[in-house]
Amino acid sequence: MANYYTDHPEIGYYLGSDLMRRIVELKEHFYEDKDSYDEAPVDFGDAVANYEKVLEIAGDIAANVIAVNSEAVDLEGPHLVDGRMHYASKTVENLAAMRKAGLSGVTMARRYGGLNMPNIVFSMLSELVSAADASFQNIWSLQSCADTLYEFADEDQRQRFIPRVCKGETMSMDLTEPDAGSDLQRVMLKATYDEAEGCWRLNGVKRFITNGDSDIHLVLARSEEGTTDGRGLSMFIYDKRNGGVNVRHIENKLGIHGSPTCELVYKDAKAELCGSTRLGLIKYVMALMNGARLGIGAQSVGLSQEAFNEALSYAKERAQFGKKIINFPAVYDLLATMKAKLDAGRSLLYRTASLVDIYKGIEDLQRTGKELTPEERAEMKKYSRLADAFTPICKGMNSEYANQNAYDAIGVHGGSGFIMEYKCQRLYRDARIFSIYEGTTQLQVVAAIRYITNGTYLSIMKDMLEAPVSETMEPLKARIAALVRTYEETLEAQKADRDEDKMDFVARRLYDMTGVILMSLLIVADASKAPELFEKSANVYVRLAEAEVARNKAFVATVTPADLDNYRQAAE
Amino acid sequence: MKYNIVVLAKQVPDTRNVGKDAMTAEGTVNRAALPAIFNPDDLLALEQALRLKEQNPGSTVGVLTMGPPRAGEIIRQGLYRGADTGWLLTDRLFAGADTLATSYALATAIKKIGKVDIVIGGRQAIDGDTAQVGPQVAQKLGLNQVTYAEEILGIEDGVATIRRHIDGGVETVTAPLPILITVNGSAEPCRPANARLVMKYKRAACPLELDSTPSRDTYYDYLYEKKPWLKLNQWSVADIDGDPSQCGLAGSPTKVKAVQNIVFQAKESKTLTGSDADVNGLIKELLNERIIG
Repeated sequence: MANYYTDHPEIGYYLGSDLMRRIVELKEHFYEDKDSYDEAPVDFGDAVANYEKVLEIAGDIAANVIAVNSEAVDLEGPHLVDGRMHYASKTVENLAAMRKAGLSGVTMARRYGGLNMPNIVFSMLSELVSAADASFQNIWSLQSCADTLYEFADEDQRQRFIPRVCKGETMSMDLTEPDAGSDLQRVMLKATYDEAEGCWRLNGVKRFITNGDSDIHLVLARSEEGTTDGRGLSMFIYDKRNGGVNVRHIENKLGIHGSPTCELVYKDAKAELCGSTRLGLIKYVMALMNGARLGIGAQSVGLSQEAFNEALSYAKERAQFGKKIINFPAVYDLLATMKAKLDAGRSLLYRTASLVDIYKGIEDLQRTGKELTPEERAEMKKYSRLADAFTPICKGMNSEYANQNAYDAIGVHGGSGFIMEYKCQRLYRDARIFSIYEGTTQLQVVAAIRYITNGTYLSIMKDMLEAPVSETMEPLKARIAALVRTYEETLEAQKADRDEDKMDFVARRLYDMTGVILMSLLIVADASKAPELFEKSANVYVRLAEAEVARNKAFVATVTPADLDNYRQAAE
Repeated sequence: MKYNIVVLAKQVPDTRNVGKDAMTAEGTVNRAALPAIFNPDDLLALEQALRLKEQNPGSTVGVLTMGPPRAGEIIRQGLYRGADTGWLLTDRLFAGADTLATSYALATAIKKIGKVDIVIGGRQAIDGDTAQVGPQVAQKLGLNQVTYAEEILGIEDGVATIRRHIDGGVETVTAPLPILITVNGSAEPCRPANARLVMKYKRAACPLELDSTPSRDTYYDYLYEKKPWLKLNQWSVADIDGDPSQCGLAGSPTKVKAVQNIVFQAKESKTLTGSDADVNGLIKELLNERIIG
């Protein structure tokens, strides 16, 4: 029987990563639950065995329930009935399967009913779900909003809400409004304190809210009257059981049809404050966003895999000019490039998730009362910085790759790919939003540019070049070293001009160079350890990276400040 | 009310996914080439049992299976979905059983288990396709039986209401407990394995299963003492006070003379009426051509 996990050994490979032992001991607080919970792991090996088992369950449900339902979900979509959103009927089936399998509250601690698994495992589960149906991944992975409850809500709130998420209730993050999309500082939804009832009341409209009729909402609202910027915003918890929020409209979208994108009207909706006032945007949403971006990274990788699978199986079956089309260089080039982007992107995804796990793991030791040693503090700081640097590259590059793979999957299918009966058209439509929501690729570039200019990525690259690789990979590593030198020279030349406008203009090109070099280093390291899985992709990817670096270098090399006028269309 | 429920389940070769090497040169099933799975109808029976348990708090579900040591996997699969316990009947003396010997072993084991309110199994196994074992067990234990069940609608005052699949439709019947039910392929699919239960029971095994895989990693063996739920029940003929002459090959009057591939060729068709003459003619023809006999 098909299983999305066991069919793709490239995923499970990352459970053997060098950081895994540390990730697990931190997540398990050095295995403190081993005698108090029957299912808790007794040691590292036992924990990894648990992860594999759980991934197998998800791989089974993904292949045999969610993927089977995906076409019907795409065609039906959610419905709006009397102010309430009703999922497509097969989405309801998917949710029931995941709930019965206990795949809710994956990262939450056992004392709240969670599975206490690290982000890297949650990301793998997300990838599997997304490969089966990206729109369902949106709904299912919103359980990660519980991280925000865990990190910032008080203990009473955690005890009331987190166990409900662990039992399968759904969540949403209600952030954007008609006039506040990428620029969340403009949020106007009003929060007023109701002295008589001793609670907060929310009034206003939210738009583009994924899974907006969820059971438990995190809501960004303006609690400080008279303010107009991000510092007047706070985070609230709205419980659907209390009522006061209705769905006014469900968007009709290009893709991810199964994922309900709602317009919500808040009318004196009772809510409670999460954390402190004024920290809603500047602290909590930033944390929420980093998690969400990792989620889109996983969603992207899942779809990339599915696009590759669809293209590969078609190319193996379809014959033209007397042979299977997979034998034509033009076709196997496409397929190899898809696989290389997929493998390199996945390596970046699980590296990013691992970095997040380590700093959050140490942070959690501190939260639960441990006095950190200076070494632990330094480790937390190091990994927090690395995670911040990797996240925008992971989200941006993987979402672009998912789009490229979906595009190429249609290409491999030829005319058939343009026919609605084939799955690749859905993948193509679904992928398009990945590089837009949770911060467009352009905003990922903004998030990454300071790490580009301050040399963070450059020093990461140099560190990674220090690591030994297998003999077979030595020539590739030497070629990457040359790319790093080109990158450094290009960067220095741009910095020397001291022109902020020009730097912003070339930022995307520098970002792309950064991404392909980091992924080259990662995939070569993987191919050193598991050549049977990654050697081909490492070779293909490094060549692709060389071409990308050369292209972007050529582009930025000739840009002058005066040149920017040739690009400005607006006559402001 | 609390009920003691026993699910009859069989590990079978996955005959639905037959590859090139599924048959040996001698024309028998090449078990090594086919993955061993939980018999599909039995999985549906397990789901019905688990639903009864949910509707009647305090009830217990146990999975009873007979097979080689590796059939312990069937009990684990049951535990992963919410069963409370299981018993593996494993003994060389059980081997080679036909439906008569199988039903003897299962019925004897159920007597050993003690007070059982509901015995439930799949209608038939995909390897033998006889649909005999369930009814035979009911007969041996003197239980009421309802076959081809699609859904157990409820149990009230010791009477079960069951919807069963019949030709061209469904019928709803009632029957007093204790009862044996066989579940039809049209019943609701079984729930998936549950993450928490899989983590808890992933190393559960019966002793013979561990002994029969000497190459396995013994690093975690200390857990079998520490976590008693990891030790699965394993019963021999002697453990269930069985009569060896009624078990396995010794207790099986069915002898397989030969197995051969039958290729149906629908090159020509003829139309028969429902008249006695036509039916008798068809029976004679099938007998003469040794299609039935």
